[in-house]
Amino acid sequence: MRTALVDHPLDPTGLLAEVADVGSGASTVFVGTVRRTNQGRAVTGIDYSAYAPMAERELALIAQEAAEQFGTAHIVIEHRLGTLVLGEASIIIAVSHERRAAAMDAQRYLIEEIKTRVPVWKREHYADGERAWVDNLGGATGATGAPGAATDAAPSSAPDLAEVS
Amino acid sequence: MTPLTHRVLLFASWSDALGPQVDVELPAGARVADLLTALTARTGGKLLPRPVVAVNQRYARPDTVLSPADEIAIIPPVAGG
Repeated sequence: MRTALVDHPLDPTGLLAEVADVGSGASTVFVGTVRRTNQGRAVTGIDYSAYAPMAERELALIAQEAAEQFGTAHIVIEHRLGTLVLGEASIIIAVSHERRAAAMDAQRYLIEEIKTRVPVWKREHYADGERAWVDNLGGATGATGAPGAATDAAPSSAPDLAEVS
Repeated sequence: MTPLTHRVLLFASWSDALGPQVDVELPAGARVADLLTALTARTGGKLLPRPVVAVNQRYARPDTVLSPADEIAIIPPVAGG
């Protein structure tokens, strides 16, 4: 099991090799990539940043949870930080397991938990030159609406505190 | 009672608005919710997404009591993956 934040392009082949095991009957690789449109706007790139020590800790914790819940230690996750262009991979998750269903279930668990819990942020660059922080619900996260509304807005990606604290 | 100084790390939109770190004076026994109230007062009416707070790199509840020795971070809505 290995999890890391990295600042270089990601290699799915290398991660797949890392989880390979003759005891596994299935290997899965999830690759998250920079998409050309978001909420109808033309995207040209994304800056990824993190609260690195906590993000590393949370990634490791999520991998450990998946290992226990789905029964495999063959989990490798790399999340890239920095400026990415269209089509580049921001995250790769590789899992292998004795059985395919558990491998795919673990994969799904890992990406969904990462998206709600790991303190990583993205700022999209748009074709019109504007840049904006966005959340994992797909929307821009600031700069519109009435002053003072900040603390009244519904939490859009707050983790389940009962579960993680 | 003398206020205690808490160093707070900020990220994403909150870092853009207030800088990557700020010192906030709070009375002894202050909680996460008190910190958010104090920080929101510094934003000059600028709308920022509602954050959660991490204390010592773990998500904290609004009623978590803060100590100046804690590593405190403002976590805007995350967007990893």
